Amino acid sequence: MSWGDRISPIVKDMPTSGIRRFFDIVAEMKNVVSLGVGEPDFVTPWHIRESCVYGLQRGYTAYTSNFGMLELRQEIAKLYKEKYNISYDPRQEALITVGVSQALDLAMRAILSPGDEVLIPEPCYVSYRACVTLAGGTPVPVATSIENEFRITVEQLSELVTPRTKALLIGYPNNPTGAIMPRAELEAIAHFAKQHDLIVISDEIYGDLTYDGNHTCFAGLPEMRDRTILLNGFSKAYAMTGWRIGYALSNPDFIAAMTKIHQYTMLCAPVTAQVAAVEALKNGERSMQKMVAEYNNRRRLMLEGLRGMGLECFEPKGAFYIFPSIKSTGLSSLEFAEELLKDQKVALVPGNAFGDCGEGYVRCSYATSTTNLIEALERIGKFVRKFQ
Amino acid sequence: MEELLDLLEQNHTLSTKQLSTMLNRPEDDIAAAITHLENEKIIVKYQTIINWEKAGVDIVTAIIEVRITPQREVGFDAIAERIYRFPEVRSLYLMSGAYDLQVIVEGKTLKEVAQFVSTKLATIDGVVSTTSHFMLKKYKEDGVIIEDKEEDRRLAVSP
Repeated sequence: MSWGDRISPIVKDMPTSGIRRFFDIVAEMKNVVSLGVGEPDFVTPWHIRESCVYGLQRGYTAYTSNFGMLELRQEIAKLYKEKYNISYDPRQEALITVGVSQALDLAMRAILSPGDEVLIPEPCYVSYRACVTLAGGTPVPVATSIENEFRITVEQLSELVTPRTKALLIGYPNNPTGAIMPRAELEAIAHFAKQHDLIVISDEIYGDLTYDGNHTCFAGLPEMRDRTILLNGFSKAYAMTGWRIGYALSNPDFIAAMTKIHQYTMLCAPVTAQVAAVEALKNGERSMQKMVAEYNNRRRLMLEGLRGMGLECFEPKGAFYIFPSIKSTGLSSLEFAEELLKDQKVALVPGNAFGDCGEGYVRCSYATSTTNLIEALERIGKFVRKFQ
Repeated sequence: MEELLDLLEQNHTLSTKQLSTMLNRPEDDIAAAITHLENEKIIVKYQTIINWEKAGVDIVTAIIEVRITPQREVGFDAIAERIYRFPEVRSLYLMSGAYDLQVIVEGKTLKEVAQFVSTKLATIDGVVSTTSHFMLKKYKEDGVIIEDKEEDRRLAVSP
C-alpha cells in the first residue's frame, strides 16, 4: 500500500496538464524563443502597480467583504453598463474571485450534482474539463474544427445534449485558437440554451482582445443575463496575471451560492490586488487600448509569416494566440513541438494539450516582442522546410 | 499614418514588407507614405539611443539656462539659431518661466563644456546671463529607460 493509493480516485485519474509536461522540458534549455506563454508580455501598467503600493502604505492589508470590495464591484457594474448595456447589482450580483480560474471552480461546484453533464467546446483552456470533473460533473467535449473556424453550432450541440446536460461552458475569444463567435451565431446558441434550459458559463477573459469588430457579451443577449454566469478578470486586458484577480457576474441566487463556497474556502480575494483592480478599471482604458493595438499588429505578422511557410492557418480574431495546422509536416503535435524545440529552440504548445481535436495543431502565443516573433518565424520556417 | 509613425518611432528597422503586414496595407502604400513623411521632414531623422557610459565613452552633459534680450522683428529666433548651429549644442528649447532658452550641451570633459559656455555661449550678443547645471545620471531619455531592470519574469510555457 503506497501513499499514492490513498489519493482520491478523481484526482488520481485526472491527467496532468499537457502544458506542464512541456514546461519541464523547456525549463532545462537556454536561448529559447518562447511562443508558449499564455500571458501578456507587457508588465502591469505603472499606474496600476503604483496604486497598489499606495494602497499598502495607506494600510489596505485586511480582509475585504466575501464578495470583494464594494468599490470594485461598483466599478465592474459600471463597466458592463457602459460597454454592453447590461445591469448588474454590485451588492448581490457580483463576486470578486482569485482569478477566473477560481470563479470557474466556484461556478461548477455551485451548480453541478454528481453525473450532471457539461458541454465544453474544444480545443479549450486546460482547466475546463478538470473543473467539471472535480465538481463531480461529466465533461462532454464538443469538437470544433478549422473548417468551421473553431466555432460551435447548434447542430453539434443538439447531437450531444441529453436530459443530464446541465450547462454549457464556453470561452470566446478562445484560448488556444483565437476564434470568436459572432453575435448572430451566439444568438442561436442562446436560443438552444433556453430551449434545453441550460446554464451558460461564459469565460470572457479575452473579451477586450478582439480585433475585428466588437466583442459580444453572452449575458447581453436577450433573456440570457440570468441564465449566464459571466466570468472575467484583469489578467489579460490589463496584463495582471500574477495578481490573481477575477470576478463572476450572475443572478443573485448563483452569486450567493458561489459566495457560500468562496467564504468557506477562500474568504476573499487578496486586498492588494483588489485595490489595483479598482485603479485598472478607473484609469486603465488607455494603456489597454495601446496593448490591443500592438497585439493586432503582431497578429497579422504571425498570420502572414505562418501562411508564408505553407502552414494552413486560420485567422484568429481574438486573444493573443494563433493555431496553425502542422499536419503537412506529417508529425504529431507533440513531435512537432518537441522536435522544433530541440532543433530550433522555439517553444510552443502542442494543440492536443487543449483537447483531442487540437491534435495536428500547435498554439503559438504572440504575446512577445516583435523582434522575438520575427526571430521565431525565421526558425520555424527553417524547421518546416525540412518536411517539404 | 499615426500608427505607422508609432511603429517607426519604436523600431525603424522594420521592413516595408513587415510594416505592410502589421498595418494591413499594401507594401507600395507604406513605401510611398514613408518617402512622403521623410520628404516632408515629418520623419526628421532615424536615431539610435546609446548608453555611452556603458560603452565606456565619457561624455559630459550640461543643461544651461540662458536669459536673452529678444530682438526686434526676429524675437528669440536669431539668437537661438546662433546657438543651435554649434555642434556642441545637443538640444535647444524656448521656455516659458524664469529663463528663455534651455541649451543642452555635450562635451568630452567638464572643462570643455565650461569653456564652451564661457567663451562661445555667454559672449553672444543679446545673451544676458547663463546658469549651468551638470547632469549626473541619465535615467530615462526620449521615453526609454536607460537601464531597465525589469526583465521578463514569465514562465516559458503557461496555459
